[in-house]
Amino acid sequence: MHELSIATAVLNTALRHAGDRPVTAVGVRAGRFRQVVPESLRFYFEVVARDTPLEGARLELIEVPVRLLCRACRGEWEPDWPLFRCPDCASANVSVLAGEELEVEYIEVEEKEATCTGAR
Amino acid sequence: MHRSKVRIVEDALDANNTIARANRADFDCHGVTVLNLMSAPGAGKTTLLERLLAEPLEGIRVGVLEGDVQGSYDSDRLAALHIPVTQLNTDPGFGAECHLDANMVRSALPSLPLAEIDLLVVENVGNLVCPAEFRVGEDARVMVCAVTEGEDKPLKYPLMFRTCEVVVINKIDLLDHLDFELDRFLYNLDAVHPGVEQMLVSARTGEGVEQVRDWLLRLTARTGVPA
Ligand SMILES: Nc1nc2c(ncn2[C@@H]2O[C@H](COP(=O)(O)OP(=O)(O)O)[C@@H](O)[C@H]2O)c(=O)[nH]1
Ligand SMILES: [Mg+2]
Ligand SMILES: [Zn+2]
Repeated sequence: MHELSIATAVLNTALRHAGDRPVTAVGVRAGRFRQVVPESLRFYFEVVARDTPLEGARLELIEVPVRLLCRACRGEWEPDWPLFRCPDCASANVSVLAGEELEVEYIEVEEKEATCTGAR
Repeated sequence: MHRSKVRIVEDALDANNTIARANRADFDCHGVTVLNLMSAPGAGKTTLLERLLAEPLEGIRVGVLEGDVQGSYDSDRLAALHIPVTQLNTDPGFGAECHLDANMVRSALPSLPLAEIDLLVVENVGNLVCPAEFRVGEDARVMVCAVTEGEDKPLKYPLMFRTCEVVVINKIDLLDHLDFELDRFLYNLDAVHPGVEQMLVSARTGEGVEQVRDWLLRLTARTGVPA
């Protein structure tokens, strides 16, 4: 469901950076913690990109696993369920190292060949 | 024509966050503390507000911004409390969004009586997913979770449960009639958001609501910039 909001946010970010260049692909890094359903995001992205310079652009999704750090015992782990309390020392002082990102990492654009302006 | 890859690395929600910061600056400038109140549909946000605001909040002037997909049912209920209530429908012009975002709240700023209130409660659209992603310029986020929703909710919606500093566990008057295992819910909540402040209440009977009231007073004292 939130894939529609995310697709729109991704589109607007990409559009702002694309200017008037046609975009052929968009790379998105999505942390697992953001619970993005890839097929759903692709579907909505295709819909919202219609009639924009991103129409037909490929959505390249890079999924990032959740990685946590316990600040008390310095242990690191990759939880396979949302466990944010340290499994070793039970501390609640835990930082999220990865898995929360929702970033437009790159766009692939079509550029016109630079015209040669040098003197002949 | 040739293809080239342009590196961007920008949070997809940057645009929203920028507007949220602008909202926040406007709220700060008027000394208004803002609370983003979120839940699944029907968890009891409006009922809790009716309870909380039935009596004056120790001189704190409260206003409510009601986010709803359609209609003004909740605003009509709160209007009985004689406090300023502003309705913000996400349907017209916003494509029936399932959450409030910073821009929608920005559009409502001119109709909010910021000079006359100290605390603005934003009742978000009932949804446990999208509202967690979109900041609107709030100082604090609170969610209401009813015991009728089951023990697994924190595990299913970790982003929402993690993003809130208080979880109000509502409808405890129904505990005797349900097979809801409170301990299991609290265990799951602790796994997802260790140490989060939790309050057991019944907005129906009023039990426990004074905890939320006291917390609101602390919040306003903590964030309120004297106007
Ligand atoms: N039994 C019981 N019902 C409640 C409680 N709080 C709210 N309700 C009921 O739950 C329904 C939805 O409440 P409402 O405040 O509109 O939820 P909202 O959608 O989160 O604003 C209404 O029928 C309320 O009367 C409670 O503490 N106990
Ligand atoms: Mg309501
Ligand atoms: Zn540890």
